[in-house]
Amino acid sequence: MFKRFLVGIFKDENLLLKAVRELRGESYAIYDVFSPYAIHGIDEAMDLRRSRLPWVTLVAGCVGLSLALLFQFWTSTVDWPINVGGKPDNSTLAFLPVAFEITVLFGGLCTVAAFFLIRRLFPGSRPYLRFDGVADDTFALVLEQKDASFEESKAREILRKAGAERIESRVVKP
Amino acid sequence: MSRLTVSSISRPLQVTGDKTLSLVTEDICRNIERPSGWGWKALFILALSALGLGVVLVGYQIKVGIGVWGLNKTVGWAFDITNFVFWVGIGHAGTLISAILLLFRQKWRTSINRAAEAMTIFAVICAGTFPVIHMGRPWLAFWVFPYPNLRGSLWVNFRSPLLWDVFAISTYFIISAVFWYVGMIPDLATMRDRATGRVKKFLCSIFSLGWDGSSRTWAHYEILTVILAGLATPLVVSVHTIVSMDFATSVIPGWHATIFPPYFVVGAVFSGFGMVLTLLIITRKVMGWENYITLHHLENVCRVILLTGSIVGFAYITEFFIAWYGGNEYEMYAFINRATGPYAWAYWIMVSCNLFVPQMLWFKKVRTNIPAMFVISILVNVGMWFERFVIIVTSLHRDYLPSSWAMYKPTFVEVGTLIGSFGLFFTCFLLFLRFLPGVAIHEVKIVLAAQQKREEVIRNV
Repeated sequence: MFKRFLVGIFKDENLLLKAVRELRGESYAIYDVFSPYAIHGIDEAMDLRRSRLPWVTLVAGCVGLSLALLFQFWTSTVDWPINVGGKPDNSTLAFLPVAFEITVLFGGLCTVAAFFLIRRLFPGSRPYLRFDGVADDTFALVLEQKDASFEESKAREILRKAGAERIESRVVKP
Repeated sequence: MSRLTVSSISRPLQVTGDKTLSLVTEDICRNIERPSGWGWKALFILALSALGLGVVLVGYQIKVGIGVWGLNKTVGWAFDITNFVFWVGIGHAGTLISAILLLFRQKWRTSINRAAEAMTIFAVICAGTFPVIHMGRPWLAFWVFPYPNLRGSLWVNFRSPLLWDVFAISTYFIISAVFWYVGMIPDLATMRDRATGRVKKFLCSIFSLGWDGSSRTWAHYEILTVILAGLATPLVVSVHTIVSMDFATSVIPGWHATIFPPYFVVGAVFSGFGMVLTLLIITRKVMGWENYITLHHLENVCRVILLTGSIVGFAYITEFFIAWYGGNEYEMYAFINRATGPYAWAYWIMVSCNLFVPQMLWFKKVRTNIPAMFVISILVNVGMWFERFVIIVTSLHRDYLPSSWAMYKPTFVEVGTLIGSFGLFFTCFLLFLRFLPGVAIHEVKIVLAAQQKREEVIRNV
């Protein structure tokens, strides 16, 4: 069961954005847009949902903070309390620098890991769809032809009128 | 009909030279794909020699003992901790450029942030070597980490700033390296698509993690960058605050001051930007990147140096004033000794380089003159190295008890180790310039695209 895609290749981000808006206006679902950099305004044009990575940071940071404080507390008051210069066993204030660092460490590393996981970026991963120049100066607008109701000629016309350099069809294994 | 103001027309161009997106890729990748020139090779041999000297001397010092250094009972810290604080400080400029300027939406950071982040990582590596080698038994360095053990378990002392340093520097290194790498993934994909050799293509494929340029990925990526920047900013402030606590939590006159945390953080940014300026002036010339690292960028770096240098100067005056106003005779003596005692020469180098020299940057003629900027950047680094030396050695060599007063002189091993650390830093940086994209290609393209859009609007008015 192959997947069919209709691709519009653009050289100008403004023309691409116009094409995206037009296509969405005609109720076409945009499969994805590939670009050499993050295009300003593409999130709104494609109506992408806001990333939920900040929640990962919050949870991971809280976990890190708790672990760090609990660990320092446990080693200093429960496991082996040592009188260091008369300082209290539970020196919460003194525990804060290490706790802060561990919070940042957990927050940062877990968010990056979550990013890699949700976008399936691993050493050895290969791009599912490759387009020449998309890491250089070319933009690719990809529509998926899911079923017979997909009006290919109208989509092609919209892409052509919007200023696509090239329009091509692709058949790819899922 | 014109909604344009004069300022938007006269805003200096971030990318000069009529660049296109593909030219940006070409300009940045060109030097990585060609064999290195004689200039790079000469600098690399120089750096590698310095590194070699350092490695030999550190090996000798670890084998024979700390006695080969000039330390004594009174002056227990000198070059070792001076160099540690110096290198950590230099690292902070990279994080400021990457993280803090991102949060402030300063677009001019995009052509210098990659090199600055690389500088941070190499500076932190250099910094991290000093606490390890200054231990009496560096082969037991892993004891600084709290792990369950058969000695009790004997845990580390969480109340000590020296231990906070372990966590701070480790976290700082890891987060900086992650931020740097994540920023490079799209550029590594660019290199992958251009790579001709099999090894190069394989390595770029692995490290670009299958990046395809999908907008959905970019959306998460942009948020991730802002999150990392938001985490790195308080991190950088906390790291140098913790380093300053190594001194501030003691009782030594000249060290036990609450001004230390902000004073050190600003001083770190100041010295870091000095090093950034030195590196950028050389890099833009050698790599042919004058259209990306423009005079406008260098001028902005100078403005930051001027700002932070003025704050450091103000901190000096504050410290001196409080030493007098507080009436504490030991504190007063510490400052009189700094200015007039046996290390006065070091003190006055510090004051001239840090207080007076950066003030020349008020003049636009100086701020836009590259040789002048280069000299100033070197002097800033010299001045900041001497600041750490003065703080550490003058406060230690004459504290409360005159019978304990002593002098300190560095040995050849210590001086050679300092040279070796510069060798390590420049070796790493030269390797970075040779094999990795020294400018953030995808970020410069965003700036270029916005710039082209603005210019087109102006043209059509």
